[in-house]
Amino acid sequence: MVASVGKRFGTVQALQEITFAVSEGELFGFIGADGAGKTTLIRILVTLLLPDSGQAELLGLDVVQSYRELRRRIGYMPGKFSLYPDLSVEENLRFFASVFGTTVEKNYELIRDIYSQLEPFKTRRAGKLSGGMKQKLALSCALVHRPEVLFLDEPTTGVDAVSRQEFWQMLRRLREQGMTILVSTPYMDEAVLCDRIAFMQEGKILALDTPSGITTLFPKPLFAIRAIETGKLLSALRASLHAASVYAFGSALHYTDNRPSVSADELLASLQAEGFTELAVSLIQPGIEDTFIALMEEKQGSAS
Amino acid sequence: MSELVIHTEKLTKRFGDFVAVDALSLSISGGEIFGFLGANGAGKTTAIRMLTGLLAPTSGTATVAGFDLYTGSEGVKRNIGYMSQRFSLYDDLTVRENIRFFAGIYGLTNQAIKEKSRQLLETLKLVSVADARLASLPLGWKQKLAFSVAILHEPKIVFLDEPTGGVDPVTRRRFWDMIYEAAGRGLTIFVTTHYMDEAEYCDRLCIMVDGRAAALDRPEAMKQHYGAESMNEVFIQLARPGRTE
Repeated sequence: MVASVGKRFGTVQALQEITFAVSEGELFGFIGADGAGKTTLIRILVTLLLPDSGQAELLGLDVVQSYRELRRRIGYMPGKFSLYPDLSVEENLRFFASVFGTTVEKNYELIRDIYSQLEPFKTRRAGKLSGGMKQKLALSCALVHRPEVLFLDEPTTGVDAVSRQEFWQMLRRLREQGMTILVSTPYMDEAVLCDRIAFMQEGKILALDTPSGITTLFPKPLFAIRAIETGKLLSALRASLHAASVYAFGSALHYTDNRPSVSADELLASLQAEGFTELAVSLIQPGIEDTFIALMEEKQGSAS
Repeated sequence: MSELVIHTEKLTKRFGDFVAVDALSLSISGGEIFGFLGANGAGKTTAIRMLTGLLAPTSGTATVAGFDLYTGSEGVKRNIGYMSQRFSLYDDLTVRENIRFFAGIYGLTNQAIKEKSRQLLETLKLVSVADARLASLPLGWKQKLAFSVAILHEPKIVFLDEPTGGVDPVTRRRFWDMIYEAAGRGLTIFVTTHYMDEAEYCDRLCIMVDGRAAALDRPEAMKQHYGAESMNEVFIQLARPGRTE
């Protein structure tokens, strides 16, 4: 699949001219915050929105010209729950199967893994399901016609950490069966579960690579610093003349220094001299979130 | 010792046979950042609706901001702040109109509203965009404003319900700077989040599982107790669902 598309809503350039390609069988992630353009891009690719400029080709077909054929061959799980709340679990699934001219039985093998968890509740109305179960039903419905490419728009937003982990296990298993999957998410920790990712910000792609490739874009040595008084440490480091960046990451602070070569021991010594106790300073490998922040800052300078 | 802003004993809510919140006992002090975690359906929303005076408890006792939940729910509502997952501001109003609208709802006098608006626009550095429609502002600014508006009437406690969902990592951290600063001034923060790194920023945490407080402690102590490296591990150990559904 290849795309190079732009989209404008009134005066808002939702999508700049962005270009990328996805191979068959890839699990590809669009990572970015609300308003980055993820949903607009996915809607163009699933033929629900026309691009203002550029072209996109999916399975060798143009998304504008061949939308009828494409709609039969792709699956789409929108960000908002879009099933029928007054139909039962089973009725929803049968409905989507019939719309695509197939039956649940015919493709049951593909969804068994996911749908079997819902079967005890198959007579329950979809509107009465818990968040995690709605999500599983929506995925089953998006898969019931055995699409060649599956699009998921923020499937895990607002979902708890445990259900998120289970959802990603399901996606990995679908990928192992050869399905091409494009998924968007605002959660940086989910990026490592993709084969390749595109960082999106303000309608642009900031970077596109494998998760480990992306982290090589991090510009400086990165240190993790811990002390008992994290809050005080954060203010002290921010006030320091040598600090290039300081961000909280869970119980530690991630720090870069603007001197070309500074060691963990030197940092430790200078913080000890400032009176911090039970300190730990170590050089660490930057993660996806570190890199995203660095790229955002690089682009924005010190604005806002 | 600072006074308790939230004190509940065996607070319970039943819907028919279903016990949504089961004997929840909490004591939260002034200036504390209290994280309230749990899987979807664990009873968090029901508990918050009770603590904010929107839903009457079935049994148990509770006071919030000095008011009894059974007899003083109107007092509770006037003395707390609330900000939800989606911003509680109006996109079609200007920055200034949003401030005036919410200040009016909280019963501030015209004079106080004028004064507060001026102060707020200055501290938030929003003077130059005061008459711009909210929709045109960057996410981070909107979020700062939403938080400030939620505490405009100087409540003792503010409830933040997934305030950082869908927000970029820099804006998310700036938001936490604001939380720390407000807590430093003595405001109690009651916050829910699905980001486990944010759980580590709280003074204490409560993890809800099936309507009960499965764990309640400082993040460090919780990690030690469960032999975990991160709060994510603790959460996954405790909250793995599937027993009741």
